[in-house]
Amino acid sequence: MSESPICFGLYVPPQPHPLLVPEQNEGWGQLRSAFDTARKRIEESDADLILVYSTTWPSVIGHQIQAHPEPEWTHVDDDFHFLGSMPYKFKMDSDFAHGYNENCGQRGLHSRTIAYDGFPIDTGSVVALKLLNPDNRIPACIVSSNVYSNRSESIVLGKAARDTLKQQGKKAVIVVVATLSNRMFTEHIEPKDDRIHSAKDEEWNQKIMEFFGQGRLEDLSQLSREIHGQIRVQKVVAYKPVWWMAATMGQSNSYNGEVLAYAALHGSGGAVIQLTPTSGSIGDKEFDEDDVEVYSGDRDVLDKGMN
Amino acid sequence: MLTMMNRLPLPHCDSMGEIVAGCIAPHPPHVVYADNPQQNEPNSEGGWETLRWGYAKLANKLKTLDYDALVIFTPHWQTYIGTHFLGLPHFKSKSVDPVFPNLFQFNYDLEVDVELSRAMHDAAKDAGMVTMMMENQDFRIDYGTIVSAHMLNKDWDKPLVPISSNRSRHYYSVEVMNEQARALGRACRKAILESDKRVVLVSTHSLSHRHFTTEPPIPEDMSKQHIYNHSNYVWDMKLIDLMRQGKMQEVIDLMPEFTEQTMAETDSGSISWMMEALGMPDYPAEIYGYQSVIGTGNVVAAWDPNPETREVVL
Repeated sequence: MSESPICFGLYVPPQPHPLLVPEQNEGWGQLRSAFDTARKRIEESDADLILVYSTTWPSVIGHQIQAHPEPEWTHVDDDFHFLGSMPYKFKMDSDFAHGYNENCGQRGLHSRTIAYDGFPIDTGSVVALKLLNPDNRIPACIVSSNVYSNRSESIVLGKAARDTLKQQGKKAVIVVVATLSNRMFTEHIEPKDDRIHSAKDEEWNQKIMEFFGQGRLEDLSQLSREIHGQIRVQKVVAYKPVWWMAATMGQSNSYNGEVLAYAALHGSGGAVIQLTPTSGSIGDKEFDEDDVEVYSGDRDVLDKGMN
Repeated sequence: MLTMMNRLPLPHCDSMGEIVAGCIAPHPPHVVYADNPQQNEPNSEGGWETLRWGYAKLANKLKTLDYDALVIFTPHWQTYIGTHFLGLPHFKSKSVDPVFPNLFQFNYDLEVDVELSRAMHDAAKDAGMVTMMMENQDFRIDYGTIVSAHMLNKDWDKPLVPISSNRSRHYYSVEVMNEQARALGRACRKAILESDKRVVLVSTHSLSHRHFTTEPPIPEDMSKQHIYNHSNYVWDMKLIDLMRQGKMQEVIDLMPEFTEQTMAETDSGSISWMMEALGMPDYPAEIYGYQSVIGTGNVVAAWDPNPETREVVL
């Protein structure tokens, strides 16, 4: 596994509670402690880069890649503005961002770098980078999640990230910002009353964490559509983060998995999970969906029948 | 179901509040980018004139109306925990569009009618809705609010009352969204009529809302602009035709199917809210223009409750 450009991968929740008010709920505090543990492990790693894929950064024009060398702002969440403001100043790896963008193009994806003063970095990315890299010891890069993209684009997007790491000879900790179940309560709740929204969400969260704990990332990737149907509020077309994560990390089940914490975040399933590449594997199953190397775009299926 | 109160004409009384107009005002940042106002940093060679000229004509009409505030229901302040209202009087900052940052970096300085905002919040809360006042001074105003406010009033001399879009469509269904938005419309109408304010309602959204996922090298290259597909075009025209005929109840009844078929931005509840607040108009809309922006369908339209000033524009 020494050739892997990935030191390890993290799956972390986007909500601001562990950053702003961890003391208000035991579970939020546990998530904060898990973030702190992950931060220490990043500091102890030989990572050159923290690469973030955030489900709370939607894009329309392909995928967007943050290339501003020092984005700075004070962010406030649309829903949880009452929890406080999140001032930030991050250090980004612009060279990686530009290389990533070029490799997306090589693999058929439409993407672009962005570097605008005042660009609204999303809540999930702000929370992750403030907790995991508070002193900007390691430069970061953030990539968006296109609202229309599906499996092939997400997997190719991950492969382009891996291409870039290898080309530039960099080692990265990759961070996926996403909940497990994402249904929040639609009314205000007292912090002490927070819990997973439903028994079904809880059951599926436990199943997903069992897979993560066994290092079965590729199996989760193959289960992504089922997860989307079962426990994801249908805000976008698919549950994409494990597709990107699996593709970036190398499409296998060869990881040591560790669930550092799991707790409800206003009803949704928040977990801090670490996957570290290893030589062992729980075994590869027979996968239903093909692998994809290059995105071919919309295939004009309807038009073809008219010729 | 509508109550009789909702079907009554809006009052014209000095001692009561009044809704003097309702507008559909789409917010693709392209129209501000194309206009090159001093507040926006990127520069363009124009573009989307059909929409911008329509906006200009509607803005001229609003100049002739006596009103105190623009009440804007925006799909780009997305909340999942009820509906939120701004609770601070002044916001000054910079809005950068997260999707089209190359087009929209707008320096804004705006006033909020907090009294009216709180009255709407309280009325919605009293009606059983989940509500919250937003009182964090670092909060950044969304670009949907800013684009529509700018295009309707470039002098920025009227306070705003932005209202968040509760995403009940995602959590439940388009039907639930429709009903919740209409309930919010009833509450806002009550708050306005019980106030001493005259307001213009703004429902800011596209109709069909499927985007192209690539952008031309020159974003304002009008040779590249067209609707995403013919189905969306036909649906958009269907709705505009009903608006012309004053059949807004039918529009609202069609809303679930239209929204699902065209990925319409009406999923925010914006038009359902406005029609209910207006008392479900049965008179023709004023149509100011229709044009595609990066695949989406956009209409500028208005409802003038006063038959003496109502116009046939297009």
